[in-house]
Amino acid sequence: MLSIYCPYCNEMRDEEEFSYSGEAHIKRPEKPLELTDEQWGQYLFFRKNPSTLHAEMWNHSSGCRQYFNVVRDMQSYKITETYPIAQFPESLDISE
Amino acid sequence: MENYSIFKLMKHSLSYHENWKRVWRSVVPKKNYDVIVVGGGGHGLATAYYLAKTHGIKNVAVIEKGFLGGGNTARNTTIIRSNYLWDEAAQLYELSLKLWEGLSKELNYNVMFSQRGVLNLGHTLQDMRDIERRVNANRLNGIDGHVVSPKEIKKIAPLINISQDIRYPILGASWQPRGGTARHDAVAWGYARAADALGVDIIQHTPVTALNCENGKVKGVETKYGSIGADRVACVVAGNSGVLASMAGFKLPIESRPLQALVSEPVKPCLNTVVMSNAVHGYVSQSNKGDLVIGAGVDSYNGYGQRGSFCIIEHTLQAICELFPSFSRVQMNRQWGGVVDTTPDACPIIGLTPVENLYFNCGWGTGGFKATPGSGYVFADTVANGTPHTLAKPFSIERFYSGALIDEHGAAGVAH
Repeated sequence: MLSIYCPYCNEMRDEEEFSYSGEAHIKRPEKPLELTDEQWGQYLFFRKNPSTLHAEMWNHSSGCRQYFNVVRDMQSYKITETYPIAQFPESLDISE
Repeated sequence: MENYSIFKLMKHSLSYHENWKRVWRSVVPKKNYDVIVVGGGGHGLATAYYLAKTHGIKNVAVIEKGFLGGGNTARNTTIIRSNYLWDEAAQLYELSLKLWEGLSKELNYNVMFSQRGVLNLGHTLQDMRDIERRVNANRLNGIDGHVVSPKEIKKIAPLINISQDIRYPILGASWQPRGGTARHDAVAWGYARAADALGVDIIQHTPVTALNCENGKVKGVETKYGSIGADRVACVVAGNSGVLASMAGFKLPIESRPLQALVSEPVKPCLNTVVMSNAVHGYVSQSNKGDLVIGAGVDSYNGYGQRGSFCIIEHTLQAICELFPSFSRVQMNRQWGGVVDTTPDACPIIGLTPVENLYFNCGWGTGGFKATPGSGYVFADTVANGTPHTLAKPFSIERFYSGALIDEHGAAGVAH
C-alpha cells in the first residue's frame, strides 16, 4: 500500500485516493503531422519501464483532482519526491 | 532420459525410490551456442524444447537468473483457455490449447492438465452482449464454447450465488469445457527434462548482466561465467523485458506491473471448474490439493518488487465472497505477487527486434501461462527461421507503428 504526498493538498493520503497515469515528462511532439508512423508509435506506446527510479504521473482523483509527478523506486516502491506538474525532479535525471 | 511409466515406478519402489536419475544435468556453460534462450520459465524452456525437437537446433542454452520456473511460471493461477475474441489471438491460444491436450504424453511428464472447464461470468447486459459476441467469434474459429444461463451455471458450480438481488447479479456466462488448469511447476520441469534429454544446456542462478552487441548485431551475453557467444539470442523474460531491451538499446511498448494471487487453506472438494469474472474482478479454482487458488487484478502502477497493494486483494476477495458466500470463512494461507509485462493492447510481442539476431517474446502480461506451449512453438519457429511464424506475425512490434493493435482488453472475458 502506498502513502502518497499530494503537493497540492500538502498531505499524505492513501493510494486508493489516487489514480495512476503512467510515465511522466513525455512531451507531445511539436509537429505531429511531420512524424513518421514509427516516431508517432514511439510517442504513443513505447515507455522507459526502468527497474530503478522512475518519474511517473499520478492524479489525486478522489481528492483535489490535480495531476502531479512522483519519483518512485521500482524495487522498494519507496517514493523519493512528489512535485507539481511542469516541474522537474531533483532525485532523478530525466533526460534520455 | 529415463522414461517414466508404471513399470519404472514399480521397479524403483523396490529400492525405496532412492535411485531415480536426476531430471536434468547441471552444466558449466560452453563458450558458444547456436541459440541462447534468456529466461528459464515455462515459455523459455518450451522455446528451447521446440528448437531442439522440431527444428533440430540442439546446441542451445537456457540461462535463468534464479531457479527454473521460479518467476511468473510459479506465481500464476494456472488457468488455461482459448476463448479469445480476435482471430489472431484466438488462433494462437487455440494452438496452445491443442498442444496442452497432448503435452503430458509428448513430454512423458504428467503436467496434470485437467480440462475442468472455464466459466466467464457476465453481470450486466453489456457483459452478456460481449459474451455472446465472443462465443460466436470463438465458434467461427473452431473453438468450443457456449453461453449458459444462471441455472446452468448453478449446475456446474453449485456453491455459486445466482440470486438476483446482490450488487452484481450473475446474468449468464460463457462456458469453455476444454479449458481448465495444469500443474505450473510440472510444466517447467517437464519441458526442462525433455529439452535436456535433447541436449539443451540449462544454466540456473546466472543473471544475464549485458547483451553483447556489435554493429547492430547481437554476439552473445555477459554472465558470471564471462561472455558466452551465440549466433542468436532469444529473450523470454516477462517482467524484465524492459531491462533487457534497454541493455540492447531500444524501448518496448511494455510496462511491468505487480500482479497478485493467493491460496487458501486446503478444503474438501467444492469447486470442480474455473470461475472467472471480469466485472467484479476475481477468479477462482480449486487445486488438486484442495486449496482455493484466487487471482487478483493487476496493480495500476509500475513495479518490479514482486508484490502489490493490499487494496487489490481486498477488492478481489470482496468479489469472491459475493460470488461464493460460503467461502467467506475460508482462511487464506499465502499471498504473493509477480511482475507482469503489460502491453497497451493486452497481447504479446513475438518476433524480431531492431537488433539483428536478437528475438523477443514478451508482453504476455497477466495471461501467459495458458500460452506456454504455443508461445514456445511459434517462437522457436521464429528464431529458427529468422522470420515470424504465421501465427506470430500479427504480434510483431510493428503493430505499434501501423496501428493494427489486437485489442484483447476486456474482450477476452476477463483481464486473464
